[in-house]
Amino acid sequence: MEKVLSVHDMSVTFSLHQSEVRAVSELDFALARGETLAVVGESGSGKSQAFLAIMGLLARNGHASGRAMLGDVNLIGMAPDALDAYRGRDIAMIFQDPMTSLNPSLKVRTQLAEVLVRHQKMDQARAHKGVIDMLERVGMPEPVKRANAYPHELSGGMRQRVMIAMALLCRPKILIADEPTTALDVTVQAQMLDLFKSLTQDFGTALVLITHDLGVVAGLADRMMVMYGGRAVEKGTTDELFYDPRHPYTLGLLHSTPHVAKRARRLDPIQGLPPSLEHLPSGCAFHPRCAFRFDTCFAKRPPLAALETGREKACWVDGPLQRQAVA
Amino acid sequence: MAGITGKDAVLSAYAAALEAPKGRSLTQDALRRLVANKAALVSVFVLVAIVLIAYVGPYFLPWAYDKIDWSSIRKPPNFDKGHYFGTDQNGRDLLARTLQGTQMSLLVAGVATAVSVIIGVVYGAIAGYFGGRLDAVMMRFVDIMYALPYILFVIILVVIFGRSPVLLFVGIGCLEWLTMARIVRGQTLSLKQREFVEAARAGGAGPFTIIFRHILPNLTGPVVIYATLTIPEIIITESFLSYLGLGVQEPQTSLGTLISFGAPVAEAMPWMLIAPAVFLVAMLLCFSYLGDGLRDALDPKDR
Repeated sequence: MEKVLSVHDMSVTFSLHQSEVRAVSELDFALARGETLAVVGESGSGKSQAFLAIMGLLARNGHASGRAMLGDVNLIGMAPDALDAYRGRDIAMIFQDPMTSLNPSLKVRTQLAEVLVRHQKMDQARAHKGVIDMLERVGMPEPVKRANAYPHELSGGMRQRVMIAMALLCRPKILIADEPTTALDVTVQAQMLDLFKSLTQDFGTALVLITHDLGVVAGLADRMMVMYGGRAVEKGTTDELFYDPRHPYTLGLLHSTPHVAKRARRLDPIQGLPPSLEHLPSGCAFHPRCAFRFDTCFAKRPPLAALETGREKACWVDGPLQRQAVA
Repeated sequence: MAGITGKDAVLSAYAAALEAPKGRSLTQDALRRLVANKAALVSVFVLVAIVLIAYVGPYFLPWAYDKIDWSSIRKPPNFDKGHYFGTDQNGRDLLARTLQGTQMSLLVAGVATAVSVIIGVVYGAIAGYFGGRLDAVMMRFVDIMYALPYILFVIILVVIFGRSPVLLFVGIGCLEWLTMARIVRGQTLSLKQREFVEAARAGGAGPFTIIFRHILPNLTGPVVIYATLTIPEIIITESFLSYLGLGVQEPQTSLGTLISFGAPVAEAMPWMLIAPAVFLVAMLLCFSYLGDGLRDALDPKDR
C-alpha cells in the first residue's frame, strides 16, 4: 500500500496561563492512497486538534511535536509560507459549517478560482472553466448560474458542495473532513456521503473523516481510529471495530448509537463525562467510566498494542468483550 | 408524469414560465435600501447638484472669483451688474467666490478622505490580522498620534513645506486616518476568527491574500460609512484651519475662509456670511444623511 501520510509520535500541547494542556498525545497512524479513515471520539478527545496541527492551523498558543510525513516532507514545524504550497494542493480540509466557511462578499466563482490560480498558476479564464467543471462534478445543479451567485443565495447542501468542490479543485492526495455533515439535514447528509464516496474513488483521494456519527463511519470508512483523552485507544478496520470491539470505549460508543434494525430499547450511554485534559485520570484515562476496569487500570496506562489480526488497542482487558459485563 | 387530470403538466409549464428569482449581490441589495431611504436619496441629489454648480457654474458667471469690480465694493446683491450674491470688501463677486470655495472644500474633503481611507484601512487591517506584538506596537503609535494636538502638526508642516493646498490635503488626511485604522482593526479582529478565513488558510492562501481578498471586501460597509462621515469633518477642519490663516491662500478661497471674513460683519453685510454658510451647511447635512443612509443600507443586521 502506498502511504500518502504517515504520522509518528505526534503530540499537541496548548500553553495556558499557568499550565500546559496536552490535547493530543503520541499519535501514530498512516493513511494509504485512496482509503477512508474515520477518526471517532467524543468532544474534546483531540480528534480535530490532531488534524488542525497537521494542517498548521492550530491556535496561537498551540504547539505540535512529532512528525507528519506527506511523502518526504514533514508538515509539523514547517514555516507557514512553506506550508502554503502544500495546503490546498496536496492536503485539503473541509470544515464543519458550510454556512460560515464561505466568504460572504465574494462570488462562489471568485473564491474557487483563487485556489486554481494560486496552486496551478492558471489564468483567470481557464480557472473559471475549471471551477464550473468541478461544480458540475460535485453535482451542483445549474453550475454556471450558481458559480455567479453569492454564498447567501445558496442552500446549506449547495454550500457544502461548494466547499467540497473547493477542497477537490487541485485533486489533493488527502482530504480532511471535520464533521462535514453535522450542520446539514439528514437527507442532504446522505447525498454528501454518496458524493464523498464517489469522488474519493474517482480521484484516488485519501479521506479522513472526523466525526462522532457512527452511522457516517459505517457507510463510508475503510478503517477506524477511536480516540479518547487525546490518545488513540483502538484502531482497526470498520468491520472489525463494529462487530468485535475490543476496547470498552468503542463498545460504549456503539451502544450509545440508536439502531434501526433492532427493536427499540433504551439506549445505553457511556456513564460520566469525558475527562478534562488538564486533569486526566491516573492509569488508563477511561477507567472512571469503564465497566471492565480492574486494579491495574488505576495504576498503569495501557500501551497501544497490536492484536493478532493487525488491529491495535490500548486496554488491559484481554480478548473479546462480553456484552453482559457492561450491564 | 402528467397524472390523470394533467394538472401536473399544467403546473410545471406554469412553473417554467415563471421567471426564476434573480440573484442580488450585496451591493445591489444595499443600493436598493439606500434608494428607499428618502433623506439619503435627496442628499445624493443635492450633493450632485452642488458639485455640478460648483464646477460648471463659474463658466456662466459674468465675474471671475479674483476679478475686482471697483464700482461695487461691499455691495448687497445687485442683479443688473451680475453680482447675484453681492460683493465682498474688495469688490469681488461673492457668488463666484462661493463657488470657488465650494470647489476647494470638496477637493480637500475628497483628497484627504482618500488619503485617510487608504492609510487607515491598510494599517488597521495589517495590525488586526497579524495581531500580537506587531498589533500592540502599531496601535500604541496610533494612540500617541491621537494624544498630540493636530494643530501643532499642521503648523509644523506649514512651516517646513510652506503653504500649499496639496500639503493641506495630505496633512489633514494623515491625521484623519487614525480613527479609520482603529475601526478597521476592530473589524479585522472579529473577521479573522470567522471560518472562511480559516478555510482560506487551509486552502494555502498567504496572509496578504487573506487580508486583501477575504478581509477587505467584508470591510466595505464600515469603511464607506465612516468615509462619508469623515468628509464633513474634514470640511470643518479645513474651514477651521483657513479661519486661522493656515489653509487656502488668497486670492483662492474656501468656504471656511469666506465664512471667517463674513462672520465679523454679519450684522452690517449679512450676504457675505449667508451665501457660503448656506453652501457649507447644505453639504454637511447631505453628507451626514448620506452616511446615515449608507450605514442602514450596508448593515447586514437590518436585513
